[in-house]
Amino acid sequence: MKRSYLGEFEEIVLLTVAVMEGQAYGVAITHEIIEQTGRAVRLNQIHAALDRLEDKGMVKSEMGEPTAERGGRRKRLFTVTAYGRRTLQEIQEVRVSFWDRLLSPLKPATSL
Amino acid sequence: MPCLYKRKTMNPPRLADRLLRLFCASDRLEEVQGDLHEEFTYQLRRIGQRRARWRYWWDVVGFISPFAIRRETKAYSIPNSIHPMMIRNYLKIAFRSLAKNKVYSFINIGGLAVGMAVALLIGLWVYDELTFNAYHKNHDRIARVVHQRTVNGEILTTQGIPIPVAKVLQNEYGTDFRHVTLSSWNTRHMLTFGDTKFTKMGAFMTPDAPELLSLKMIKGSPSGLQQSSSILLSESVAKALFGSTDPLDKLIKIDNNLDVKVTGIYEDIPYNSEFQDLRFIAPWDLYVASTDWVKKANDENEWGQNSFQLFVQLAENVNPAAVSEKIRLIKQQKGGADEVKFQPEIHLYPMNRWHLHTDWVNGENEGGRIEFVWLFSCTGLFVLLLACINFMNLSTARSEKRAKEVGIRKAIGSLRRQLISQFLSESFLVVGLSFVLALLMAQLTMPFFNDVADKQMTMPWLSPFFWLAGLSFCLITGLLTGSYPAFYLSSFQPIKVLKGTISGLRFGRMAGLPRKVLVVMQFTVSITLIVGTVVVYRQILHAKNRPIGYNREGLVMMHMSTPDIHDHFDAVRDELTKSGTVLALAESMSPATDVWSNNTGFNWKGKDPALQTDFATIGVSHDFGRTVGWKFTDGRDFSRAIQTDSSGFVLNEAAVKFMGLKRPVGQIVQWGDRSFKVIGVVKDMLMSSPYDPVKQTIYFIPRRAANFVTIRINPASSANEALQRIEVVFKKYNPSSPFNYDFVDTEYALKFAAEERIGKLASVFATLAIFISCLGLFGLASFIAEQRTKEIGVRKVLGASVLNLWGLVSKDFVVLVIIAFGIATPIAYNFLNKWLQKYEYRTDISWWIFAATGAGALFITLLTVSFQSIKAALVNPVKSLRSE
Repeated sequence: MKRSYLGEFEEIVLLTVAVMEGQAYGVAITHEIIEQTGRAVRLNQIHAALDRLEDKGMVKSEMGEPTAERGGRRKRLFTVTAYGRRTLQEIQEVRVSFWDRLLSPLKPATSL
Repeated sequence: MPCLYKRKTMNPPRLADRLLRLFCASDRLEEVQGDLHEEFTYQLRRIGQRRARWRYWWDVVGFISPFAIRRETKAYSIPNSIHPMMIRNYLKIAFRSLAKNKVYSFINIGGLAVGMAVALLIGLWVYDELTFNAYHKNHDRIARVVHQRTVNGEILTTQGIPIPVAKVLQNEYGTDFRHVTLSSWNTRHMLTFGDTKFTKMGAFMTPDAPELLSLKMIKGSPSGLQQSSSILLSESVAKALFGSTDPLDKLIKIDNNLDVKVTGIYEDIPYNSEFQDLRFIAPWDLYVASTDWVKKANDENEWGQNSFQLFVQLAENVNPAAVSEKIRLIKQQKGGADEVKFQPEIHLYPMNRWHLHTDWVNGENEGGRIEFVWLFSCTGLFVLLLACINFMNLSTARSEKRAKEVGIRKAIGSLRRQLISQFLSESFLVVGLSFVLALLMAQLTMPFFNDVADKQMTMPWLSPFFWLAGLSFCLITGLLTGSYPAFYLSSFQPIKVLKGTISGLRFGRMAGLPRKVLVVMQFTVSITLIVGTVVVYRQILHAKNRPIGYNREGLVMMHMSTPDIHDHFDAVRDELTKSGTVLALAESMSPATDVWSNNTGFNWKGKDPALQTDFATIGVSHDFGRTVGWKFTDGRDFSRAIQTDSSGFVLNEAAVKFMGLKRPVGQIVQWGDRSFKVIGVVKDMLMSSPYDPVKQTIYFIPRRAANFVTIRINPASSANEALQRIEVVFKKYNPSSPFNYDFVDTEYALKFAAEERIGKLASVFATLAIFISCLGLFGLASFIAEQRTKEIGVRKVLGASVLNLWGLVSKDFVVLVIIAFGIATPIAYNFLNKWLQKYEYRTDISWWIFAATGAGALFITLLTVSFQSIKAALVNPVKSLRSE
């Protein structure tokens, strides 16, 4: 099966979902990404990315419990599918193999 | 209060929320809104209320993007409602529902098909009428020259034109006309080739006739008419005369004395042309050269011989009205003193009006067949309308039953669009089936219709216009009739329908009103048509029963194209009367059923000088009165024994009245330079139209050969035997002519053909209209009886009799029919009164026609409704009340 390619942003979202292990939903993911990367991410971008990932079959979702701060509305909780996990691994492997072949590993620019 | 304040400020902006609800897909709304609210709460703590609210707006707007926007197809996987599979399903359901309600389906499809077939036939008829004469390529530039004279204050329009008019038009107004064509009357002539002889219609015409009529030449050329000894034959005549041999250059004889050579064959002129029976064209010059009186009329100064037809084709870019005005007075200006006293005018009568605008009333060309075109178009539309009304009526009536179906379909998940498609496809199916059936019916009834309407029409199977019209009609009807159930029923809320509240609310008294209006309309049309039919028939009967002044039983007449019989008339008479099969025979200048000759220029003692004398003048031989059976009121018949009778007149009663004579017999009447003595007065003999008063007529003994022989067959011998006998004698003295005869009573009956045609068509339409209306009524009654099953059951339990119940159900319909009757009466009366005004001799519209029609309509209604109402009333209440 030909693998679907992930965009950089999608990859980050997918990783975040994987990291959050069953507690991943729109707002939580947004906050996590802002915290971890410092990017200015908007809620709708996260939703769009999740939608694409679900289309590609890399995450699946189910409705969770309602909470008061959501006005009694339920969350949609995302988990990474086996296919999504494998995709992440493959990306990682490709990167590692490139890093391994790099003879003089890149140093932070501060040394210059 | 603070609580309210707090709640208000703590919440995200409502307007933004509403916006979100508006565009966001419903299946996503919950999580998106939840996330947005959670984020708002978070931001509220972090950056304060005002900025959090702004941010909320900003976030909501961010969601206006393709993935989140409402898309119904994304919600569930719903097949496209015009997917082939769905259409198959719609049709299957439609067929099932048709098969389930066989009676309704029959009424719908059958009624609509009949309506469509009628509309189709009438449409074809109207098209045929409107394209009459279109065979002639220049039909919009061709005109007939007509002649108008003022006689006793009334303008008479006739088609006879003297030859000098043609010459003036050609010589002085030549630039206005492309062709000026003189023609003799299209009459029967005998054509002989060797031993083959036929009597065919034809005329003598000037050489540009083929071009004027745009005849299509099959063989030879039209230029033959320039020589005086040639003839053009139509294809069918050529085939009859020569069979398969080449007809060109063959020599034939006209009326056994004119030798002509066939120089051209033209395609038969089709049935829907004024010249349909112009079977041959002989050269005008031959006519002039061979006929003495025409030779005389050919003189430049003979303005009084109004005996010829004149056709013109206008030049391009010439205004017909202007030309007509230009030539209007030429006869007055050039004709001399004799002409001026009648103020003669000539006008152009355009070919496009010939067929449909036939009537001339006081010099104005108004009305005629066009009235029937209108009448029948309206009738056709009405019959079709009736059928469509049935369809809609039954659809609405049945909608209550379908309401539950709609509810369940919706509950299971049907979309409105699908329901609309379903109902529309059902109505299209019915319309489609009806259309096919209508085509079939039209094809099957075409021969009958052609016969009644005197047409030669065929179904235009290959005409794209026909199919376009037919299919677009189907589309419109399908949409119109299907739209009510489709759009109305599909709007029901399933929960209400299934609870049953809809039936109580929406199908109440008011809901039935449009249905009632439609029924009233149907019966108005039907009753009007029936009254119309009755009156038309009564008018025909009235005219048929009119005293005709002679006895037409066993009377045979023959048209003579050669003088042979006239020359041996005494011998013929002797032989025939001696044989005992014939009582009497005589010659005349007009057939017994028509007046061929009118004259002016009479004078008598005591004549009012202002009176312009216009008489029908019929030359007859001595025994004419005895042959046809004149009834004398005064004086005596012509007698062979009295020599002076050759200058004697027999007048009819109308003439005596017209002349104002107290003692007509013995009166001397001047005619030109001869004086005649009145020897007898007969009862009016009806010779022309049975609807007009009999014209003042003079019978006299002519000097030249007459064109008709009339024979009274001895009632003691059979007509067949007598005719054989007559043929033998005629062949003996006139061996060259074929033996053709007409019975006077059949010829006389032809005078009623037009009216009988209308009568027949009207009765067919009236029958169909009432049939379709009754079909609809039957369906409605059965529906109402079904709807009131429980009510009837309860009433029965409480002691109502069958009669009571019958009255209960029937009453509504009877009221509707009575209302329809009230509307139809004045309409029919006005319309028919106007129609009858056309006839001088007419029946009256008596009240009993309306009474009888009303009673009949009521009776038929009761019959139709009773079947259902009695059926409903007879049902055992146990059964009807148990049903739930």
